[in-house]
Amino acid sequence: MYGWAGNILVIDLTKKSIEIETPGLDVYNRYVGGKGLGGRYLRQCATLPWDHPGMVICIFTGPLTGTISPTSGRAHILSKSPLTGLVGDSSVGGKLATRLKRAGWDGIVIKGKSNTPVGITIKDNRVEFQDATELWGLDTTAVHKKIRPGNASLASIGPAAENGVRFASIIVDRHFAAGRSGLGLCLAQKKIKYLLVDGTGHSKVKDPKKLKEAREDILRLTAASPALMGQFGFTCLGTGAVYDLMDNRRMMPTDNFRHTRFEHASRLNAAAYAKTYEPKKHGCLGCHILCKKIGTSNGQSMAMPEFETMSHFTALIGCMDTKLVVKANERCNSFGMDTISAASTLACRREITGLDYTPDKVLSLLNDMALGKGEGKDLALGATAYAKKMGAPQAAMAVKGMALPAYDPRGACGMALGYALSTRGGCHLRAYPISHEIFRKPVATDRFSFSGKARIIKIAEDLNAVVDSLIACKFTFFAAGLEEYATACEAVTGIETSAQDLLKKGERIYYNERIINALNGFNARDDDLPKRFFTEPGSSTKNIHIPPINRQAFLDAKKKYYTIRGLSPKGLPKKETAQALGLLWNNL
Amino acid sequence: MEQLVNKYADKLVKAGLGQTSGPAQPLIGGLDDTLVWNRKADEIHVLENVFKGLTINSLVFLRPKEPYGNLINFLAEGAFNSTPKSFGLIQPKDCETRTFLHDLPVIKEFCADQIVRVLKKRKSVIIAPGKTNDNFKGPAIVAHGTVSPEQGFVTISSVCFASFIKFFTDYLEALQTGTATADAHDLFDSVIPYLAPMQKKFPELIPSPFPTEETVYSAIIEAGQKTVEYGLVDSYFGNVSCLWNGTLYISQTGSSLDELSGCIDPVPMDGSTSAGLTASSELTAHLATISHTGCKAILHGHPKFSVILSMDCDPAEKAACAFNEQCHIKCPKKRFAGSTPIVPGEVGTGPFGLCNTLPQALTQAESAIVYGHGLFTIGKNNFSEAFRTMMEVEDLCRNTYFEKIRFLRKT
Repeated sequence: MYGWAGNILVIDLTKKSIEIETPGLDVYNRYVGGKGLGGRYLRQCATLPWDHPGMVICIFTGPLTGTISPTSGRAHILSKSPLTGLVGDSSVGGKLATRLKRAGWDGIVIKGKSNTPVGITIKDNRVEFQDATELWGLDTTAVHKKIRPGNASLASIGPAAENGVRFASIIVDRHFAAGRSGLGLCLAQKKIKYLLVDGTGHSKVKDPKKLKEAREDILRLTAASPALMGQFGFTCLGTGAVYDLMDNRRMMPTDNFRHTRFEHASRLNAAAYAKTYEPKKHGCLGCHILCKKIGTSNGQSMAMPEFETMSHFTALIGCMDTKLVVKANERCNSFGMDTISAASTLACRREITGLDYTPDKVLSLLNDMALGKGEGKDLALGATAYAKKMGAPQAAMAVKGMALPAYDPRGACGMALGYALSTRGGCHLRAYPISHEIFRKPVATDRFSFSGKARIIKIAEDLNAVVDSLIACKFTFFAAGLEEYATACEAVTGIETSAQDLLKKGERIYYNERIINALNGFNARDDDLPKRFFTEPGSSTKNIHIPPINRQAFLDAKKKYYTIRGLSPKGLPKKETAQALGLLWNNL
Repeated sequence: MEQLVNKYADKLVKAGLGQTSGPAQPLIGGLDDTLVWNRKADEIHVLENVFKGLTINSLVFLRPKEPYGNLINFLAEGAFNSTPKSFGLIQPKDCETRTFLHDLPVIKEFCADQIVRVLKKRKSVIIAPGKTNDNFKGPAIVAHGTVSPEQGFVTISSVCFASFIKFFTDYLEALQTGTATADAHDLFDSVIPYLAPMQKKFPELIPSPFPTEETVYSAIIEAGQKTVEYGLVDSYFGNVSCLWNGTLYISQTGSSLDELSGCIDPVPMDGSTSAGLTASSELTAHLATISHTGCKAILHGHPKFSVILSMDCDPAEKAACAFNEQCHIKCPKKRFAGSTPIVPGEVGTGPFGLCNTLPQALTQAESAIVYGHGLFTIGKNNFSEAFRTMMEVEDLCRNTYFEKIRFLRKT
């Protein structure tokens, strides 16, 4: 077998035992890896509560992991989300995936539950369980300092997860977060404090020459992308480069999505951070884009905030201090807490209480959230549960319990549809319509129209599902396409494949998630946006009109999507579609 | 969708690739929950099955008008007479093909299964049945999109451009090496009448200095439109920029030069914003050119004979060159078209990006050709100077090309 290692490590924490599963080539080829293979395991326990010992946490690589295929250094982590009850998953950078693959594993499936805090160490085929009682309570930075992973990859949780924050994250290699869905809490529930992985092997590639050619094609395309490699692109300024664009397009969520323009934005942009912190390039192992930025202040290095963090800790909560953003980012990462959800919950609180924030208050509330103190206990539930508890559910700007990222959907109809239909809740990455609605790739679409968007969203969801399975970074697809990645995949695995074959696999992977969600009671009612977006306009200018989203046009597009996706009018999976895609069918 | 399929059918006609009636009438299908076509046609029953076999949202079908049809037919025949490795593939070496299309697959039958088989891997397929097939008149190009019919339009535009460039460069090289066939001679002679005559009259463009920002936008929009109108670029390609009050105004990536309204990014020269994130891929080259030369306007088009001549290299020298498979990035020779330097470089900012070669070249002349890609011209104050230079360089290249052909055919 080429590309895949052929081994999946199954860990039972209750028994502190391991098993090795060796799925056949057919399984690998059908589910690819990453999100696909992880979803296959998640489906087997789909109806269990997220905190049931039988619920799995899956950490998977893909066939491209550990090869020279560009941007293949990401891992995919899945479980059931404690925040939403949906499929909970996150793509994470760093070197976790590469080290895991080099250790000889395509993925890890963790089930059971430890009675005491535990660390899992994997060095090639050796798996050990370490007592982590002394590390319990430490933040992720301290854990990193204590363990000193060296060349190994370290994934750990912080106090936020231990204290039950519903949007707790997993921090990998200090700077990379599996941020959304509350996966940190999934680890904490099983009493896993950390995972340390190192490997010395190599991925087997069927046709290295062909892979090198595919790599050159992809690099040539990314070099031609202003968003990725241009002097204002991600490689130079990080994802924060998007900040000015969102302001310029009047899509910056401001005051908990009550406005779409933040008047202070021009002095809070990526250029401002670059001037103050002189960030250096950093990124996932093997990546040439290197979008992660590490800045310096008073001789100390620190991760620069990503775009969503920059936007939500300024415009969304009404603050105008870059230092606060850097500190909030650092604190969230140390505590192991999703920045988007944390800031959104604070924005929700601000709207409900009418109380503005000082930087100190923001930091103090972040502490309270992570440590489960006072008001922080309620905030730790996330915006949806918090707003409901406060008797103001309309103030939660979330879809299916997950807070929305920093793209206001009134400024992009595809984004509105993508948010509503996403299988993990308010997520911009499932369909990533920002690619064509804002970045003009592969070509520009009319951001103020729903015309054609139902099919575009469906195809993009399939594409991103398989991208998260191969694995590659979604940013690359601002430039390259599945056409080039299919060639890379074929070169690695030796199995003939095409862009269209990969899209079909993506469709299977995504439909499987719709089935898992449906088995947990989700349907068309949940595929919706907060009412505000249909009733209140954004911040228009003379040339850019941001009206409320046309409710009927939205519903029509959603209906079309269900038809195109092969779902019932109620948004539920259908037996014939599932069977046509080769998926197991449960009566819903 | 209806609006989009009609828009891009019209654009294919305006681009000189299709016609409003007859065989070269574009056929475009767009699919959301239902499939719509811009017109009725016999080909639809096959193309509907192509839709069924692929995860796409649009298909563009075109029998390109002359000279493209005959050129593509000729190249397609060559593709079926080539080595096993490149059998059924046209392999142009221009920048667009290298970067975005990789190669141009050809099949002989207008059959859904075969079209699907090719489009699963590539953005386009050429159907060239040859002379014996009475059921389907070729050649035709089919291209698909997953987001918009614009993708198919762009691909077909690129296929036609690449085919044109390939035939004329191949023919020159064939004459230089004494390998030109009678068919190639005949085709060359037959397509000459289809070439648009050279424009002699320079357009009147908005004069500088530009009093307001609004005038800057208007000047850029006008320069883009005229560049397309004068045949100096196919509408989708190229880029335009203008420096005004410390800000570079530049066309956005993937914008059509004849539709620049709303597609211009202001990029402050002091780097105080990253609004240039959606600017042209050549933003870095434009900024460096402005810094190196002090010019105020930059025009970039793909005039065909400038591109063709940029790829002309003495066959004996080429054979002896260590970089003869990497001319586009590593050509070691100082080459000129008249006084216009020809430089290597790829799109964008990579290690071999044209941002590393072009700005320096433009300090020596007011124009520079990037190998197999296109022509950049600068204006000290406005677009009139850049436009005049672009027309003059293209005229020079076209005349030089035909002089070479005449000379070689005599000898």
